[in-house]
Amino acid sequence: MSAPYAKLPGWVDYGLIPLINLAVAFLVAGLVVLAVGESPLRAASLMIEGAFGYGEGIGFTLYYATNFIFTGLAVAVAFHCGLFNIGGEGQAYVAGLGVALPCLWLDQVMPWYVIFPVAILGSALAGAAWALIPGWLQAKRGSHVVITTIMFNFIASSLMVYVLVDVLKPAGSMAPQTRTFAESGQLPRLDWLLSWVGLDIGGAPFNLSFLLALVMAVVVWVLIWRTKLGYEIRTMGHSPSAARYAGIGESRIIIITMMISGGLAGMMALNPIMGDQHSMQLDFVGGAGFVGIAVALMGRSHPVGIVPAAILFGMLYQGGAEISFEMPEISRDMITIIQGLVILFAGALENMFRPAITTFFATTGTARAGKTLPAGE
Amino acid sequence: MNDLAIELKGIDKKFGLVHANKAIDLRVRKGTIHGIIGENGAGKSTLMSILYGFYQADEGDIFVGGRKIEIKDPNAAITAGIGMVHQHFMLVENFTVLENVMLGAEDSQILNAGIAKARQELKRLEHEYELEVDPDAIIEELPVGLQQRVEILKALYRGAEILILDEPTGVLTPAEADHLFRILEQLKDQGKTILLITHKLREIMAVTDEVSVMRRGEMVATRTTAETSVEELAELMVGRRVLLHVEKGPASPGDVLLSVENLTVRDSRGVDMVKDVSFHVRAGEIVGIAGVAGNGQSELLQAVSGIRRAVRGKVWLDGAPVDVTGKDPSDLRHRGLAHVPEDRQHMGLVLKFDESENSILGYHDDPKYLNGLFLNIEAIRQDAAAKIEKYDIRPPNPRLKTANFSGGNQQKIVLAREMERDPKVLIIGQPTRGVDVGAIEFIHKRIIEMRDAGKAVLLVSVELDEIRSLSDRVLVMFDGRIVGERSPDTGEGELGLLMAGVEDGQEAAQ
Amino acid sequence: MEYFDTLIVILQSTVRVSVPLILAALAGLYSERSGIFDIGLEGKMLAAAFAGAAAAAVTESALIGLGAAIFVSVCLALVHGFASITQRGNQIVSGVAINFIALGATVILGQAWFRQGGRTPQLSGDARFTTVELPFAAELADVPILGPIYSNLLSGHFLLTYLAFALVPFTWWVLYRTRFGLRLRAVGENPGAVDTAGISVTWLRYRAVICCGILTGIAGAYLSMAMTAGFVKGMTAGKGFIALAALIFAKWKPVNVMFACLLFGFLDAMSIRMQGNPLPFIGEVPVQFMQALPYMLTVILLAGFIGKAIPPRAGGVPYVKER
Repeated sequence: MSAPYAKLPGWVDYGLIPLINLAVAFLVAGLVVLAVGESPLRAASLMIEGAFGYGEGIGFTLYYATNFIFTGLAVAVAFHCGLFNIGGEGQAYVAGLGVALPCLWLDQVMPWYVIFPVAILGSALAGAAWALIPGWLQAKRGSHVVITTIMFNFIASSLMVYVLVDVLKPAGSMAPQTRTFAESGQLPRLDWLLSWVGLDIGGAPFNLSFLLALVMAVVVWVLIWRTKLGYEIRTMGHSPSAARYAGIGESRIIIITMMISGGLAGMMALNPIMGDQHSMQLDFVGGAGFVGIAVALMGRSHPVGIVPAAILFGMLYQGGAEISFEMPEISRDMITIIQGLVILFAGALENMFRPAITTFFATTGTARAGKTLPAGE
Repeated sequence: MNDLAIELKGIDKKFGLVHANKAIDLRVRKGTIHGIIGENGAGKSTLMSILYGFYQADEGDIFVGGRKIEIKDPNAAITAGIGMVHQHFMLVENFTVLENVMLGAEDSQILNAGIAKARQELKRLEHEYELEVDPDAIIEELPVGLQQRVEILKALYRGAEILILDEPTGVLTPAEADHLFRILEQLKDQGKTILLITHKLREIMAVTDEVSVMRRGEMVATRTTAETSVEELAELMVGRRVLLHVEKGPASPGDVLLSVENLTVRDSRGVDMVKDVSFHVRAGEIVGIAGVAGNGQSELLQAVSGIRRAVRGKVWLDGAPVDVTGKDPSDLRHRGLAHVPEDRQHMGLVLKFDESENSILGYHDDPKYLNGLFLNIEAIRQDAAAKIEKYDIRPPNPRLKTANFSGGNQQKIVLAREMERDPKVLIIGQPTRGVDVGAIEFIHKRIIEMRDAGKAVLLVSVELDEIRSLSDRVLVMFDGRIVGERSPDTGEGELGLLMAGVEDGQEAAQ
Repeated sequence: MEYFDTLIVILQSTVRVSVPLILAALAGLYSERSGIFDIGLEGKMLAAAFAGAAAAAVTESALIGLGAAIFVSVCLALVHGFASITQRGNQIVSGVAINFIALGATVILGQAWFRQGGRTPQLSGDARFTTVELPFAAELADVPILGPIYSNLLSGHFLLTYLAFALVPFTWWVLYRTRFGLRLRAVGENPGAVDTAGISVTWLRYRAVICCGILTGIAGAYLSMAMTAGFVKGMTAGKGFIALAALIFAKWKPVNVMFACLLFGFLDAMSIRMQGNPLPFIGEVPVQFMQALPYMLTVILLAGFIGKAIPPRAGGVPYVKER
């Protein structure tokens, strides 16, 4: 009685329904393309061609995907605790300081492999610190984390504009950005990785932080499903009263989870700053924090879902940029629409097609035959 | 048959696989108080919700005043003259009494005119039925008894001729309940028809004219109250003669393992729910706490187990003082206190976890389930499988989602987890609530075994039979206090009086 | 006298920038008081700004533009309603989705239709709202103190401005003096009480969401057809979130909403004014600090350090009949 819907086979629940939701989101996006007078099919093929058709395209796709893996994991970890961290954008922005400052201080004296760990730590700590305040306010004062993280995005934006314009901008420069780091403040590219399969990434800024992102995906999986802390986080997310019964400190878990979430979002700053621009620029996050929401929802808060979802959005970013050369009507903003539609259909409307599918399986008689799922979602 | 207020024919309702009402027939005569009695989950509330248009029956007909009607929403029920007082009050807490009474019956788009009229009408109803309430009082500032009165006024304001009350006394003090019954008598005298849903036999005998008994979704009998007895009704309700006698030898109490001194606990609204309570439990005995639900038992359990902060008082566990600020249930666990909580589904289990994950809830920091900071999945699953075997939990699959187990098996998961820790003190709330008959015997046997193994057992249950058949000593709780201690052989009547707050002088003074 | 003139100028721009905030915050009030949280105010306002400017540019009629703005905004509100009420989805997620859809769609459609890089054509003449002069504004301008207040501060605004301020007492009246308001407040606190009283929770909440859509529609129209003369990409620039902050700051009460919006508008006006002008005693305040101030104030309020903001009790929770 507590489950509002009849039981479905696992592959329907975790495979078919998300796929249908996604398909509908893209269908509606296709209608928008149609509405501006272009062919959705041609747009799709251009997009795939642009994202995966050649080495540089793949390089860019994976470069963007790196951002989204980090931010998607950030949102997902908070989801597991029943928290909605909309503040990934601001956390990543502030975390830029944790990357840029070590680079600015050390790039003349240290090699990149010394600076990189410092920057990882710096970005994670700065992101965690920016998430700590909303987390603390939720845990101790009951202020809704959704609202406070939204507010903190704006505060972060003002803060970083101030820092870039008034503090870090080199004297005499007009552009609100730091100086360009020396070579040791730059991450090695992963051209060798793609050259194994005979691809040349050309000018794509596909860099070491991609591997870090994959490592973090594994770390998050282990954290959530294989550690004591993860057990406590999930208990909290599913049932706060069970957590209280089990002696799991509510405030402690909320604050720690928000810090982990903020730390993951913060690491995203490594990719554009050390991996691409080699300086910290205004608005370098560019909405990746918000894409993380779509990625987490699409990936059902599981790293195995998040990585492909992030690559899909990387494809949209890269392919979308390519399309706009061929189809002037379709700019990058098309991706914003798709992002919104994915959030709508995979998130807010995730159960819209479930009754129909349940009926379908009930009438075909396979629903009952559904075997029990392997544990751990 | 014009003297029938309500007639139900063949009402049938399924929720998924649960057959809540099976071809129910019911005839309620005008101007009577008609009781509907049955155990929790017998389908009483579903039936009444159908009558009030909250749910639609899959099959069957409803006749009101001899006329067949469709009740497709509460509005249709209200139009037909049916009013309902819900178990959980349907009041807007930060509204005034007047606003609550008017809601949905405002007369016009603009409130002003309606307000004056409502105020007048309210005054008339108050006088007519002795239902005094200050119309401008804010609901959340009123005591529960008065809030219920507002619910009744709401129904009468809408011109209800038939009033349904769903478990109305569950939250009332005995004095408030008596007052409620007087009001009901008065309403009956004015020609209203009253349907009283309850699982308390005493109430049925006290106020109803006729009584219908439900069991597992079926209407099994209707009797004239004057011609039946508590025993007969109880048997009809349960379906077999109640033989709750549990085999157990005499207790051999040892040292005091749990001791509570002057404990005062406040609930989230700031009301003192446990007032200056003191008692102790020895090794090898079961102390049962009897009482009507809502008299502070839940808060007492939560405070002793460390979930809820106590305002004052001391608790000793195995001779050592316990931090009563309620911060750390896990610390108490380590010191040998096991707790089977009253609210199994929200507190005792995480329904979305698989069985093995639930089998470590609260003990997840035990090194035997861990490799450093990591969970030792292998050990956890093996441990769960062993408990499944020992407690005959079905289906025997540690990786099955807990929501997919039946109530009885869910309770066994909790019991296995808590009992297999070999605790010194075991506190149990509502051990058999929502549990099927077969599992009840199993659970009772386990509890006795714990006692015989020298554990101190504190048992809270609203089922008086359960308390009497399991306990070695019975404490009666009323209005946050322990109002008496009795032997389990004490007659049901005497215990009932204590539970109702009727003190008998000498012993209740403690 | 110089300070006084400066003050009048600042207050005048305070009024100008407060109008969309007031409209959007009142919109949020209708929705949230009914129990539907709405962080999609920004997106609805943006879509309305675009639809209004686009329709006005094509038809040369400001009124048709306003109608289009309201229509589009209500449509998005209904999407939010469908997700939150009918599908019982997560209201926050739905709001986020609407913000992105609006952000993307306004640019894509703008580019496809007008080919001006996401802008709409400059509005002029009948296609744009004009300001109205109150009677005798010119004649009274020279009266000391009261003259400038009347002719510069009170007179010379758009009709929509007066409408926004009139909507404040109107909303109060609706909320506390009408049947709809009583039910609206009730459904946000305890939908069960509304349902058992024989009122449809669904229909009531849909109406609240529609009210929200209408008001964000007007707010959007004000942005692109009154305050400026055309739509620019992303022109709401966080105003929807400031309005949300103001709504919380006002503890979901209509008259408080107006004051909160005026306060936030004043901070905005000050920050523009103060760029490069040091304040007496304090020195130069970074403009970014002033911009962040509304958000910081809201966080401090939410943290319960200055009073407590208690949201409607049933807010954010889809209504499911108990079983």
